[in-house]
Amino acid sequence: MIELLTPFLAATIRTATPLALAASGEVLVERAGLINIGLEGAILAGAFGALAGASLWGVPAGFAGAVVGGLVIAALFAICVIGLRTDQIITGTVLTLLSMGATGTLYRTMFGAAGAGLTIPTSLPVSIPGLSRIPILGPSLFEQPTITYVAFLLGPCSAWWLAHTHAGLALRAIGERPEAAEAAGIPIDRFRVLVLLVGGALGGLAGGTLVLAQVGTFAEGMSAGRGFIAIAIVVLGRWNPLGVMLGATMFGAASAMQFAFQAMGWHAPYQLFLVAPYLLTLAALAGAVGRARAPAALGKPPS
Amino acid sequence: MQANSDALDLVAISKRFGAATALEAASLRVRRGTVHALLGENGAGKTTLMRVAFGSIRPDAGQVLVHGRQVELRSPAQAIAAGIGMVHQHFTLVPEMTVAENIALGGHGRLRLGDVEAAIRDISARTGFDLDPAARVETLPVGAQQRVEIAKALARRASILIMDEPTAVLAPAEVDDLLRWLRQFAADGNTAILITHKLHEALDVAVDVTVLRRGRVVHTGSAATATAASLTTAMLGSRMESVAVPERPSDATMSTVVFRAERLVVRDSHGVARVRDASFVIRTHEIVGVAAIEGSGQQELLRALAGRQRIDGGTLERPAHVGFVPEDRQGKALLLDRALVENIALRDAGERRGLLRWRALRERTASLMAAYDVRAPNEASVARTLSGGNQQKLVLAREIEGENPPAAIVLENPTRGLDVRAAAEVHARLRAARDRGTAVVVYSGDLDEVLALSTRVFVMRVGSVREVAQDRETVGRAMLGLDR
Amino acid sequence: MIPGLVGVVLVRLRSVGYALLSIVAIVALTALLVSLGGYDVVRALRALWLGSVGSPYALTSATLVRAVPLALTGCAVAIAFRAGVFNIGAEGQLLVGAAGATAIALAVPPLGVGALLLALMAGAAAGAAWAGIAAFLRTRFGVLEVISTIMLNFVALYGVSYVVRGPLQEPTHAYPQTASIAQAVRLPLLPGGGRLHVGLVVAVIVIAVAGWAMRHTAAGFRVLAVGESPAAAASAGLIDTRAVSTGAFIVSGAIAGLAGAVEVLGVTYALYENLSPGYGYTAIAVALLAGLDPWRVSLAALLFAALEAGAGAMQRDAGVPATLVATIEALIVLAVIAFQAQRARRTADAGIVGTMQIPRG
Repeated sequence: MIELLTPFLAATIRTATPLALAASGEVLVERAGLINIGLEGAILAGAFGALAGASLWGVPAGFAGAVVGGLVIAALFAICVIGLRTDQIITGTVLTLLSMGATGTLYRTMFGAAGAGLTIPTSLPVSIPGLSRIPILGPSLFEQPTITYVAFLLGPCSAWWLAHTHAGLALRAIGERPEAAEAAGIPIDRFRVLVLLVGGALGGLAGGTLVLAQVGTFAEGMSAGRGFIAIAIVVLGRWNPLGVMLGATMFGAASAMQFAFQAMGWHAPYQLFLVAPYLLTLAALAGAVGRARAPAALGKPPS
Repeated sequence: MQANSDALDLVAISKRFGAATALEAASLRVRRGTVHALLGENGAGKTTLMRVAFGSIRPDAGQVLVHGRQVELRSPAQAIAAGIGMVHQHFTLVPEMTVAENIALGGHGRLRLGDVEAAIRDISARTGFDLDPAARVETLPVGAQQRVEIAKALARRASILIMDEPTAVLAPAEVDDLLRWLRQFAADGNTAILITHKLHEALDVAVDVTVLRRGRVVHTGSAATATAASLTTAMLGSRMESVAVPERPSDATMSTVVFRAERLVVRDSHGVARVRDASFVIRTHEIVGVAAIEGSGQQELLRALAGRQRIDGGTLERPAHVGFVPEDRQGKALLLDRALVENIALRDAGERRGLLRWRALRERTASLMAAYDVRAPNEASVARTLSGGNQQKLVLAREIEGENPPAAIVLENPTRGLDVRAAAEVHARLRAARDRGTAVVVYSGDLDEVLALSTRVFVMRVGSVREVAQDRETVGRAMLGLDR
Repeated sequence: MIPGLVGVVLVRLRSVGYALLSIVAIVALTALLVSLGGYDVVRALRALWLGSVGSPYALTSATLVRAVPLALTGCAVAIAFRAGVFNIGAEGQLLVGAAGATAIALAVPPLGVGALLLALMAGAAAGAAWAGIAAFLRTRFGVLEVISTIMLNFVALYGVSYVVRGPLQEPTHAYPQTASIAQAVRLPLLPGGGRLHVGLVVAVIVIAVAGWAMRHTAAGFRVLAVGESPAAAASAGLIDTRAVSTGAFIVSGAIAGLAGAVEVLGVTYALYENLSPGYGYTAIAVALLAGLDPWRVSLAALLFAALEAGAGAMQRDAGVPATLVATIEALIVLAVIAFQAQRARRTADAGIVGTMQIPRG
């Protein structure tokens, strides 16, 4: 049993990383009163950007490409929703469809026929001196790719930013009472565009993590609903960046169960494990809503 | 020399909204170190004038001088920089946040709540306000929220403080505290402008008084030389001006009861009782006018009568179908992006069964449009493309002229936004409906309209309802709470 | 009578004009993107033409066969969106409907039309139930239906994956699919020798009924009113907005489920994993392009079906990735919603001119 713990924890953290990245961005977006359903598309675009960057110039360029991919989708969302005042939900949905089509097309155009197993350089684990020697926990938690440490530092950092800067305060006010924020002289639209771009960049990084730190290649539609799960994690984490870290870890653990169960020789339809995160999301949403309070202006059309 | 002693000078300010004149060459001189009361009825232009001074409305004409220097205020931010603070009637606080966060909002860089809290304690000490910086605003009583708004202005170093109807939401003891504080604030060399329609407050606290009526300044002078009677006359206009011809109550023998309320209680969404123990009867063949100052519970009463809000106590007998013209016509009465005929079809859509007969509905829409002079290309026009006045006439037509004339109609400010001729037409429609036997209940912020239309007048004040004699001064005094 | 007829013709003509405009935009965009990708534009467009509408076979067996599920799911999405319900779950509802129809078609004795109808109804019922889960979560717990329906799409996908390897796997247990549905329970093919089946008639009937019901029934009008403005629907129309949106959600699921049933009974004759190439997602683009109008959905479905049929040919003949059409569809829809939002804003601004905005005071 105990020998399974290290791989289980390692798998938990590994699968939680992209969710933590994407949800960290979305939590800020939602605190500003917006819902970006296009996050799924940003993750996918980030995954493709990572592939393009890494195959041309290596891992760092891969992460840069991931950010660019996410930013493209977020910028389109901002132009439509903030600039043209289109419906948030519809715009996000269409942008996800766009990202699915565009990444598939670009992939096939740039890298040949679909399905060719293209491998690219990946981000290697970095051991934290000292901490990685802790039994069980060390190898699982402190021998991870750099992006994982970044992802889990985002929670405390953005929690601090929200609580201890005037910009963070302004962002929260925009999400609760835009008209009060406006009365206080806060440029609402500028804040919202910026936070959307940050959310898109983090969504892109989440996609980049899938490619560069986990799978090592790109597959069409590889985001597989992680954007939507990240949005659910924001609800589960009660719109709090630290809660979001916890929620992402929980989802990571649920996904990691399949490795543990398989290692234990537990026979169940494998689809049950694959479907677990989605069922968990539904259960979590049904349980979380009502107990947590969403930003008051969440999802309302900008005026 | 005079200019130096003036904190705020508004010179010949004019402002029009569409076809309506909100302000016409209104001038106001506020002396430094004084409390200045700005009096007037609902819609007299008090708030509009003060929004000009606060930079949130740009005037069509006129000048603004602050401490003798001409300024151009394009935004509240510029007014704040000029040392002007405004406490709106509807607060601009974030209820979900703490007092300290609300006061800090709009700053830059690191947010040091400790510093903000120290500043709040300092303001508390100076003003005598007892503010808990860590309290969430939504948990505070209204009076405390108002003090937060004042503290917000003071934290931004406002020396000219505009307060819009500050006492409307306060309990009597709180009113006394606030007025005492305002006097002290002015005595310290600052300036306060008090927008109100309560005469005794104005006379009690103000050094100077200005009265607005229909966008014009009709009186300005020292409070010491004014009396309640002189100010009332200034506010309400001379009796000669009144065009109201009180309707004679109709023959009681031919009328039956439509609404019967016994100790009716209606609460708002916060659970506050806005209608308290109201008992009354409204019959067929009558128009009951409701007169009240803003926020006296008339909205809740009307919604309950219209069946659009549930009642929380007592009993209310009402017909199943009540036509309803709400104040927020765009949001609550219209499908803005749909055709006019669909907006007509909306009536009773909840209980319609089977098929919609569009041809009949189109004909009906066309005839209503003709009858109410709704100006639009045709019945397929989209509601949003109509002017506000025409949207309003469409709603009135739909609600007043039910397919089977409704037993009752409830209306909020039925002619706000209409020109004189259109308003007269609406009045004629309401009288015609009454003559057909419909019970009509109408609230209007315009007292003249209430008096002109009604067969009986109810005055609402702090949730209580009572019938008063249809006399302009009696009603006006009852609304202001001066008759007891 | 005559002016009414002229009006109807004009409205139809406007729809056709709108469709023609979409076609021109799509062809232009395709040409642009294909040339940007460095492919042979002439060859690609020729393939697009031949693969979609260039021959009777392409028109019926490629385009129209694809148009059937797109039209049904597009209609499902349009009804839900009209009610203000963002049902992104047509894909899952389609899969569950396909599974339900297959289960019944394999289980009942092949008694011809009766069994066929039963299977179709089972598909619709399964789709309705699947949407019902999201509808319940929405009304009971306030769960955003966008998220729940997407999650249910994945659950449906893996559910199908499980049943075709488990309880419903074909008797030899060699392939991940169900046994073949008996001839008698299949939707008959239409004459002409192609793959086109009676499902086309089913789709036309559903769209006709939905379009008629939305326009001419009180219930349809309630859906429209609630989607347009819940506040006005409740206050001015005294409409139970929650009941209306739940009802529309479930009807939407039923139609998407029916699409799945039609697909297995008319095209694949068995349930397997990749039954739908994302019809339920393309349906969102179809519904939005059609302005959520069931009649226009049929045109938009036809357009996108032709595009996707042609895309296969483009990939074969000119090497252009078939996914290009998904990009084009999304770009066109994005342009349409941006244009609509701008137009709504312009009329709103125009409306404000005459609106009274006098502050109280």
